[in-house]
Amino acid sequence: MNKARSNPLNKVAMHGALILYTLIALFPVFVILINSFKNRKAIFREPLAVPNADTFSMIGYETVMKQGDFFLYFQNSMIVTVVSLTLILLFGAMAAFALSEYRFRGNLIMGLYLALGIMIPIRIGTVAILEMMVATGLVNTLTALILVYTAQGLPLAVFILSEFMRQVSDDLKNAGRIDGLSEYTIFFRLVLPLVRPAMATVAVFNMIPIWNDLWFPLILAPAEETKTLTLGSQVFIGQFVTDWNAVLSALSMAILPVLILYVIFSRQLIRGITSGAVK
Amino acid sequence: MSKPRFRWHIVVFLAPAVLIYTAVMIFPLFNTLRLALYSKIDQERIFVGLANFYTLFGDPHWADQFWNALGNNFWFFLIHMLVQNPIGIILAAILSHPRLRFAAFYRSAIFIPTILSFVIVGFAWKLILSPIWGIAPSMLDAIGLKSLYAPWLGKEDYALTTLALISVWQFVGIPMMLIYAALLSIPDEILEAGEIDGITGISAFWKIKLPLILPSIGIISILTFVGNFNAFDLIYAAQGALAGPDFSTDILGTFMYRTFFGFQLQLGDPYLGSAIASAMFAIILVGVCIYLFGIQTRMRRYQL
Repeated sequence: MNKARSNPLNKVAMHGALILYTLIALFPVFVILINSFKNRKAIFREPLAVPNADTFSMIGYETVMKQGDFFLYFQNSMIVTVVSLTLILLFGAMAAFALSEYRFRGNLIMGLYLALGIMIPIRIGTVAILEMMVATGLVNTLTALILVYTAQGLPLAVFILSEFMRQVSDDLKNAGRIDGLSEYTIFFRLVLPLVRPAMATVAVFNMIPIWNDLWFPLILAPAEETKTLTLGSQVFIGQFVTDWNAVLSALSMAILPVLILYVIFSRQLIRGITSGAVK
Repeated sequence: MSKPRFRWHIVVFLAPAVLIYTAVMIFPLFNTLRLALYSKIDQERIFVGLANFYTLFGDPHWADQFWNALGNNFWFFLIHMLVQNPIGIILAAILSHPRLRFAAFYRSAIFIPTILSFVIVGFAWKLILSPIWGIAPSMLDAIGLKSLYAPWLGKEDYALTTLALISVWQFVGIPMMLIYAALLSIPDEILEAGEIDGITGISAFWKIKLPLILPSIGIISILTFVGNFNAFDLIYAAQGALAGPDFSTDILGTFMYRTFFGFQLQLGDPYLGSAIASAMFAIILVGVCIYLFGIQTRMRRYQL
């Protein structure tokens, strides 16, 4: 082994740099979380101390529970994210299958047409989207958000999934055809299970932007019953600016679900990003 | 042989995606470009040609705001290019070192800010930098730099740069991951061949790895460009729709939102909002074209 590649000094420097950046990345999250469990006096006197028996307080969380309808917001975010992801995966996989499996006139054009949306952000069309949702009576419904996020997620989903579907062996599909399976059965029973890893990649890619989006909930569904968690915490914090306990608790409550999901899916997410899906 | 039957299943497979995509994305996009040519006069929608654009670029009140937002947006983008992407590349280079311990832990931890919403990030930093709470000043005090402290988010000169750095903090994980993936895909044989020629450590990075990951750096640059030119959430969460202090943090996204929805005494004007959206569309299109035709096709790709 070469000396330069295993120099102990180098190693210390590398770990030092990584630890420093990890601290920078985690510090704000840590400060918010520990202070949300402290009483008001302790928040200001010792902002960096971990809560102890004297300073521990759940008063912030009590205010949040009393004042904000966080369970409803959470439920709305869940519905929007899960339904959008399901539609993106189902419709995206179907279109990707059509584009990668069959040769037909317009195949290339259709592929390019769907790829347009990868680079152009859907937000540019907001004015007309709002006008359309008003005309169809979908303003302040979760359906409006689901439609927008599905449209936003489809281009990249079709692109990634069709790359993967090209790798599914033709022999398998043709064997299915000889056995008399319909094209639909071939897609749902043979191909879909084989591209499951790619589906997971697409899902984690889309999950975070949908869950965290502020723009469309603010414009299309700002009503109390349809607020998502992101918009709900934005409005709540705006109203309780001076109540530090409540603000810190609301922030922590918005952080925790994402953090838990991340701990569960981080391996999948990182594998998805690093698998070279985005070339 | 008879004429092949029309293959309905292709239509069935394509229809849902194409319909939703066309109806909710492509059609509104072009409709917004069309609406930019209209205006509301006496409660009626009237075709006014390029009048909205004349207002946007010609009327001093609007032109000032537009150029201010555009200039701020370029500064916002520049900071990302100069700070976020180099830090991402450095972190990825360290992480991709063979047999580095705890690499998976560092990777996951550094990516955490990226998964948080802008609302959380905006408020968390607002609290930390706040002079009332005093975390930032007391930490600077601890290393003897207290005199450097200022309420950055409240000062016209610093607010935009501070927000850009907060956004860098949040998104550094993305260039890190993409470059990391690119570095991992470099075959060991190439690095070993370099080693035999005496190219190791830092010089191996500059001479072997960097040229090989240039295409990934190109992709990151265009992703950063598109992301920054339709940014909105962080500024809105931290500074509100007015993008204070005194519009010093106003970027195209917040400017469009204000124009479209109105604020305080000014009424919302969807048509002028569409004109701003069209300008954003043009800027993004120019950026993507420069990337696709100017950079991507000229970049040397090496077969690995």
